[in-house]
Amino acid sequence: MTTRTLRIALLTSTLLAGAAQAQDVTLTIESWRNDDLTIWQDTIIPAFEAQNPGIKVVFAPSAPAEYNAVLNSKLDAGSAGDLITCRPFDASLELYNKGKLADLTSLGAMANFSPVAKSAWQTDDGAATFCVPMASVIHGFIYNADAFGALGIEVPKTEAEFFAALDKIKADGTYIPMAMGTNDQWEAATMGYNNIGPNYWKGEEGRLALIKGEQRLTDPQWVAPFTQLARWKDYLGDGFEAQTYPDSQNLFTLGRAAIYPAGSWEISGFNAQAGFKMGAFPPPVAAAGDTCYISDHTDIALGLNAASPNADQAKVFLEWVGSPEFATLYANALPGFFSLNSTPVEMADPLAKEFVSWRDTCQSTIRSTYQILSRGTPNLENETWNASANVIKGTETPEAAAERLQAGLASWFAPQQ
Amino acid sequence: MAQARTSTGRSIAAHAVLITYTLIALFPVFVILINSFKSRKAIFAEPLALPTRETFDLIGYTTVLKQGDFFGYFQNSMIVTVASLFFVLLFGAMAAFALSEYRFRGNLLTGLYLALGIMIPIRLGTVAILELMVASGLVNTLMALILVYTAQGLPLAVFILSEFMKQVSDDLKNAGRIDGLSEYTIFFRLVLPLVRPAMATVAVFTMIPIWNDLWFPLILAPAEAVKTITLGSQVFIGQFVTNWNAVLAALSLAILPVLVLYLIFSRQLIRGITAGAVK
Amino acid sequence: MSGRKPIRWHIAVFLAPAVLVYTAIMIVPLFGTLNLSLFNQTPERTKEFVGLANFGTLFGDPRWSDAFWNALGNNAWFFVVHMLVQNPIGILLAALLSSPRLRMAAFYRTAIFIPTILSFVIVGFVWKLILSPIWGIAPGMLDVVGLKSLFAPWLGKEDYALTTLALVSVWQFVGIPMMLIYAALLNIPDEVLEAAEMDGITGTSQFWKIKLPLILPSIGIISILTFVGNFNAFDLIYVAQGALAGPDFSTDILGTFLYRTFFGFQLQLGDPHMGATIATAMFGIILVGVCIYLFGIQTRLRRYQF
Repeated sequence: MTTRTLRIALLTSTLLAGAAQAQDVTLTIESWRNDDLTIWQDTIIPAFEAQNPGIKVVFAPSAPAEYNAVLNSKLDAGSAGDLITCRPFDASLELYNKGKLADLTSLGAMANFSPVAKSAWQTDDGAATFCVPMASVIHGFIYNADAFGALGIEVPKTEAEFFAALDKIKADGTYIPMAMGTNDQWEAATMGYNNIGPNYWKGEEGRLALIKGEQRLTDPQWVAPFTQLARWKDYLGDGFEAQTYPDSQNLFTLGRAAIYPAGSWEISGFNAQAGFKMGAFPPPVAAAGDTCYISDHTDIALGLNAASPNADQAKVFLEWVGSPEFATLYANALPGFFSLNSTPVEMADPLAKEFVSWRDTCQSTIRSTYQILSRGTPNLENETWNASANVIKGTETPEAAAERLQAGLASWFAPQQ
Repeated sequence: MAQARTSTGRSIAAHAVLITYTLIALFPVFVILINSFKSRKAIFAEPLALPTRETFDLIGYTTVLKQGDFFGYFQNSMIVTVASLFFVLLFGAMAAFALSEYRFRGNLLTGLYLALGIMIPIRLGTVAILELMVASGLVNTLMALILVYTAQGLPLAVFILSEFMKQVSDDLKNAGRIDGLSEYTIFFRLVLPLVRPAMATVAVFTMIPIWNDLWFPLILAPAEAVKTITLGSQVFIGQFVTNWNAVLAALSLAILPVLVLYLIFSRQLIRGITAGAVK
Repeated sequence: MSGRKPIRWHIAVFLAPAVLVYTAIMIVPLFGTLNLSLFNQTPERTKEFVGLANFGTLFGDPRWSDAFWNALGNNAWFFVVHMLVQNPIGILLAALLSSPRLRMAAFYRTAIFIPTILSFVIVGFVWKLILSPIWGIAPGMLDVVGLKSLFAPWLGKEDYALTTLALVSVWQFVGIPMMLIYAALLNIPDEVLEAAEMDGITGTSQFWKIKLPLILPSIGIISILTFVGNFNAFDLIYVAQGALAGPDFSTDILGTFLYRTFFGFQLQLGDPHMGATIATAMFGIILVGVCIYLFGIQTRLRRYQF
């Protein structure tokens, strides 16, 4: 008797639970930002779910290095989540062209973004936009303000001041002048070449000229960043050839290095780990008074899996991601990921504020290798990683590296032939 | 006298070599374990020092345990590993017996066919496998992983086991046949016990890649409820992770279960090997 | 003719489960992939049959062939290090362990095998930590014995990185040859060894004259497993040096080259067709190696039934 009642009770409760669940739609987000898991779980998703009962959201990241391979396999087989975090430019464009990402041009929230903000997730003619822009990252240098104070170093504005500061730190010997290694290669290209480069190739002007075929990678303005990088070698720590990215981060946040060539995404991690005051400065210019250029790279967006059975609910979420409310929430939860929303976002973090203030004084551009130029084989971005690491180590001269990149690009890119 | 001395000398030399190598083998594991109990500053200041009262810190473990259901992950890994192991050993031994015992048309070809699998990494078939699992509704189930690992483990198991089965005495089997035993009885009762050492060896070799695999759990079963422990700890070891306390703690937690599992199996393994040696 | 044997169903029963699971989950997907090497994607995103053209590109276009030969050469060196270091050490350890009346044998055996059970993620991480020029475990230890000048950031130097990683891999996997040889040594009947002792063959000469010939088949198996394992290797290099296998591709082996091509990496999009072409070439190389073993070596090794 009792067991039977119990069984009926269990059965009913299961049915009821099932019915309640049937109304709820669960959206899954594919992402490579596994560092942000807690922020999504604790801050962003609850804010959305509170306003949208009936829609549940799960943030399911995989490691950045595997993200592309994992995502493509899942999309091909039809098991990918509803919402797809979009890499900028070709990786996402390819997915859109294959019909894996839905066209979001008609989304109301798209009105909140400037054409520049959307450019990383559009077809080449700009006719269709397929991801809602979330954030950009800015390059520059983060420095140990306590170390600068102790050594009496002013924040450098020009190349000469920059190297003078490095010399002074080196002569003093307390700190490793600059925390960077070449083991993982991408730091050399991303935080080295594409960080300081825009000052030489004049940002967008040079980048677009390269795409049109009006400039060559062997031109002086494209070799100059390599020449600069070659000088960095003397200021890096012992054994920098085997120094990994986490090594560099730890060297800096433990207070053993004075300057860190950075991307703004480091801010929240550094805030948590560094026990000293930090500041930031934009890449130094050649001569005082020159126009400065910064890499303000459109980095991350959110798209809709074209095969998602929950497209309507997913669009509700995407509209919210495109709203000023999300922009404020995201930019403050993750200082260093700067909103691409046209509505100005109030930020609290001083370091993030410093980075974003350069938008007023300098010209913004994106990384030179990302749009169109990394479409073929050999891949210009990946070659640039290798070349930048070689140049810093001194195993390849700046000129030879530039020539190799140019030859590789010309082998498949018609405007450069 | 002289002989006794050389044998003592030899035994000392043997111990010296073995101890040296044991230290080399264990040192890195030791480094991970001691550092997982230290504060961040202490890890970098003196990576070789034991945790002291000042440097002792469990922050890594609390971070990791807060993040995920490590016990659940462990259970999933256990189920997948044990089930796959069972199927690999059973199916593999059966096939190996057929190949090593009987002469039939296509024997060599079947053997080569089954060996093909050790020559191509199964990872290449990912998309087709995923499509298959989607079609059969097995995505995000442990069954999907068990099937893949069984298929992946079979070639090596058949390869090693048939080598060993060829060494089982024909007289014994023929005696069994004269006594009227069926082929199945001969396999399960006479041959299987004799190849136990080989089975234990295969078990250990099959278990390791299954337990440590990151790729298929990521693709076939990434959902929270079916996550394996290797995938669970991977969250801390991504490219952008600098929280070494958490990384070291996650690594220690990932080592521990497989270590215990190995210690249990290793008894079996050695017992199997020695049992096989007693003729 | 008249005595046609009845169908021996038990053979089918023994083979069926393995063949079925293996065919469905492994062979069909894999050959589906290899088949891709005969096709290419047209600009209209349809598949077009191109015959062996992709192989022409892989071996004929210096952009591809240079990378391929570099990876193959590195892979060969990776294998040579394993054969010269891992297997002799494995045999030595097994021989020592199997000597009768050795105390603590169980402990040694268990301890030496432990690295083999660790995942690549752990192995890559811990060796990078130990060899790191910054956190100083290796330099610090060399300093103690007065050899600090010998230290170099090995993983970052083109000349040393591959050998260093090969040795790490040896460290990880030496337990496998050790265990297999150990099992083989224990399987040598006592009568054989007693007879040898009667003839005055003991100790080291007993190992060379009696035991070694008897365990040659096992050494053969180990060699071929090492060969196949090394030419399929990927994880350790990937975990330690990333998919671009730095510095300057000096640690690029076939597995990493294949992964980059097939799945893509960062801005480089995956190319399933060229990826499948590389996979087919790898498959061919391994197949040739295995055939040489099966038909050239294995048949010449005498097998002893005990």
